[in-house]
This record gives sequence, structure tokens and C-alpha cells, in this order.
Amino acid sequence: MTAEAARLRIKTWICATVVVLSNVFGNFFLKRGMPADLPTPLSYITALFQPWAALGVALLVLWMMSRMALLSWADLSYVLPVTSIGYVLVALMGNAFLHEQIGVKRWSGILLIVAGVALVSAATPPLTDHSAEHAAERGPHHAPERPA
Amino acid sequence: MTWIYIAIIVLATTVGEVMQALGMRRHGEIRDFRPNALGRVAAALARNRFVIASVAAMAVSFFAYMALLTVAELSFAVPATAVTYVLETILAKYVLKERVTALRWAGAGLVVGGVVLVSL
Repeated sequence: MTAEAARLRIKTWICATVVVLSNVFGNFFLKRGMPADLPTPLSYITALFQPWAALGVALLVLWMMSRMALLSWADLSYVLPVTSIGYVLVALMGNAFLHEQIGVKRWSGILLIVAGVALVSAATPPLTDHSAEHAAERGPHHAPERPA
Repeated sequence: MTWIYIAIIVLATTVGEVMQALGMRRHGEIRDFRPNALGRVAAALARNRFVIASVAAMAVSFFAYMALLTVAELSFAVPATAVTYVLETILAKYVLKERVTALRWAGAGLVVGGVVLVSL
């Protein structure tokens, strides 16, 4: 592995960890703060300002920003399967903190997700190398770093 | 009503996330994570029409998801929306021109199967 590939991989892992944790905890707090029903359009907005829901929304904003950062260098077809490890985290947290049962079906689902994540993250690089094929046609937008 | 919400969520999520990826690809790799540099990134992204459209689409998806959770269980909502993985991987290949290798297809397939099993 070249130094550049190693740098990108470490950066990808750190950012993907932030993406996954902010999503899992964001949704957890949002659900905790959601009222039982949302009768009017306005109630959708006011619901977001309940303390727990607001914390959830803040974490989901962090999720969106970290995901955008990750997508600025990594492929969508890489980010999607790799960040799905969050589903496993949700199931395990439900088991640990809410004492939700994990039956055979859920364990096999967890196993499938872990296998999919491991396959994509360990066996494929985070981004497609287009530099050889389309360098000319993609133009200045695709320069690695645009001047500010 | 449930299925209408799911259709809106799937459509808006797929369109939103693919446009987000497109917009970020156009922006290029973020290398500097100091606050000033991130501020400049935010200013550039606020003028990136793919990013603007993706935020709008994801807001639609978010509110439809809130609505769905009032009429359906989480254990139904999550697997029903897992179909976005398949749609987005297809669009990643044809719209974003990513090289979706056999390994990535296999990974996406395993994840979809796993998400359905975990949630049902």
C-alpha cells in the first residue's frame, strides 16, 4: 500500500466512524424526543425543539456534514455499505440498554451486515481512480483541491 | 398512506444522496479541517447547486420519515427503506461513474439482506 493510499484509508476510517456514531446517536435521541403523534404541519417543527429531539437534530446535522466530507473523497458505492455498520450498533445497543432480544434472525442479519462491511472496506479502495481515463474531460471542477 | 410515505422516502433519499455525492465530488477532497478552512468549504458548498438540491431532497425525506414513524413501527420502516441501497449503488455506477466491482455489489447485497433480517 502506498503512503497516499494509507493516508486516505486512515482518513476514511476516522470520518466513517464519526458518520456512523452521529447517525446512531442522532436517531436515538430524535426518537426519544418525538411525541406520540404529529397532528399539524407546525407540530413537525415544534417537535424538533424538544430538548432530546434538539440534541438528536444537532447530531444529525453533524452526521450530514461528516458524510459530505467523507463523500468529497470516497465513492458512494463504498460509503453506503461501510456506514451500514450503524444498523448493527443499533441492534447491539437495543440489546445492551433496552434489553431487546436478539433472536436467530437478527443475529444472522447482523452477521450479513458485518460480512458486507468487511468485504467492501477491507477488499476495495475507498475511491475509483479516474485520473487515467477522464482527467482531460472532467475539467477544473475535479482538481483535487480548488483554490479558495 | 404508509406506502406513499415509503415511496416519498425512498425517492427523496436516493435522489438526495446521489446529488450529495455528485456535489461533493465536484468540490473535491477536503484536506484541511481547521475551522477557517471548513468555513471556506461551507461557503463554497452553499453555492454548489447539487449540494443545495440534495439538502432539499433530504429534508423532504426526513419529514416523510417522521410522518412514517407515526403510522408504522421502526421495524417495518427500516427494511422498507433499505431498497435505497440497491437504487443508489446502481446510480453510483451509471450517474457517478464509479467502478462498482463485484466485491462492492456483493457487499451491498449482503448489507441489504442483513438490514432486512435485523429489522423484520
